[in-house]
Amino acid sequence: MLTIADAVNDCTLFDGLSAAHLGLVAGCGRFVRFPAGAAILREGAPADLFFVVREGSVGLEVASPERGPIVIQTLGPGDTLGWSWLFPPYRWHLDAVAREAVAAIAFDAACLRAKCDADHELGYRLMGLFADVMLRRLMATRLQLLDVYAHGSR
Amino acid sequence: MAAVEQPPGLLTPRPARVLGWRRETAESVTVAIEPAGEPWAPGQFNMLYAFGAGEVPISISGDPARADRVVHTVRSVGMVSAALGRLRRGDWVGVRGPFGTGWPLAAALGRDVLIVAGGVGLAPLRPVVYELVRRRADFGRVTLLYGARTPGDVLFGRELERWRGRIDVLVTVDAASPGWTGDVGVVTSLLRRAAFDPARAVAMVCGPEVMMRFTLDELRRLGQPEPATWISMERNMHCAVGLCGHCQLGPALVCREGAVFRSDAVAWMLRVREV
Repeated sequence: MLTIADAVNDCTLFDGLSAAHLGLVAGCGRFVRFPAGAAILREGAPADLFFVVREGSVGLEVASPERGPIVIQTLGPGDTLGWSWLFPPYRWHLDAVAREAVAAIAFDAACLRAKCDADHELGYRLMGLFADVMLRRLMATRLQLLDVYAHGSR
Repeated sequence: MAAVEQPPGLLTPRPARVLGWRRETAESVTVAIEPAGEPWAPGQFNMLYAFGAGEVPISISGDPARADRVVHTVRSVGMVSAALGRLRRGDWVGVRGPFGTGWPLAAALGRDVLIVAGGVGLAPLRPVVYELVRRRADFGRVTLLYGARTPGDVLFGRELERWRGRIDVLVTVDAASPGWTGDVGVVTSLLRRAAFDPARAVAMVCGPEVMMRFTLDELRRLGQPEPATWISMERNMHCAVGLCGHCQLGPALVCREGAVFRSDAVAWMLRVREV
């Protein structure tokens, strides 16, 4: 049977962490499942955890009174869901909805923040890993904004 | 003075009749014409001459196994491409070609194949996909990642569905509309989900230049070697035979040395603003 420690070891998000740090991270994780259509995160709600998606698809949405929910990005296996847990006031900025049945690892934010406070090396490494995730998302968003398919023959 | 003979089809268009057409999206049309030239390879292009309008390079987008027709997918972005998009069954078009280099199907035998297409860039790659699907057992894992602007801009939707049974197909759009069940986001964000082994994969990339630049960056990060990655470049082509120099890209002429290049030959030029 797959243990949380095994699953955390397999997460590319945590590539480069030492075995000891992986153990600390795994200690804050648990397996979770969401049926299709389930609300995983709600804008404004406390950001008390984050996820690494293992199976399925998650839509990041902005609720709009005029247009209904607008999906701005989808996440799939291996993707990280949620970084508001890192920064006060620890509230979600977007909705996240399971577009199909989702299996994920959920990490308890308070547990992990406490371990980062106690072990600054872990905190530094984790912050670097999340900064990389945020940088990729920022670059992807910039590319999305460029609307590259709008012009030209391609 | 003695007349200079030109091989037919090199600089003189040959007439070909339009066999059929299909609207793909609001801006794109696929036109099938009767074969008028030499056999072609996936990745090559023809110069299509719309009488009274002009001539433009258009990639061949059809099935290489269909010897009875040559298929092109045209996005209407100017006067000539708009005229080509208005062609209907029985109309005539001028054809020169096929020109240019092809996708490295032989080099991909026995290896994983990763295809990354953006927008109308799927059209020059469709002949490759036909071959990969037909000769599925000759290749390792095959993944097609395709990005389009909106769900309405997705090319070859029915075929994408058909191919899913034979190869991995992931489609994403930059902006979703209600009812869209595929992915949302840029095509590069799908790369980490693609099942391929960089040590034994061949990657083929075609789309707008900015999209290809970002794709190459991400492939490099994932460990895909540049010599095992091919891209299709686009420049302003006129003669298509390496005489006029309009399509010069640094030391290369896209019409003659391309349009398909091994990425280590041209990737550095994607960052040179002057070319």
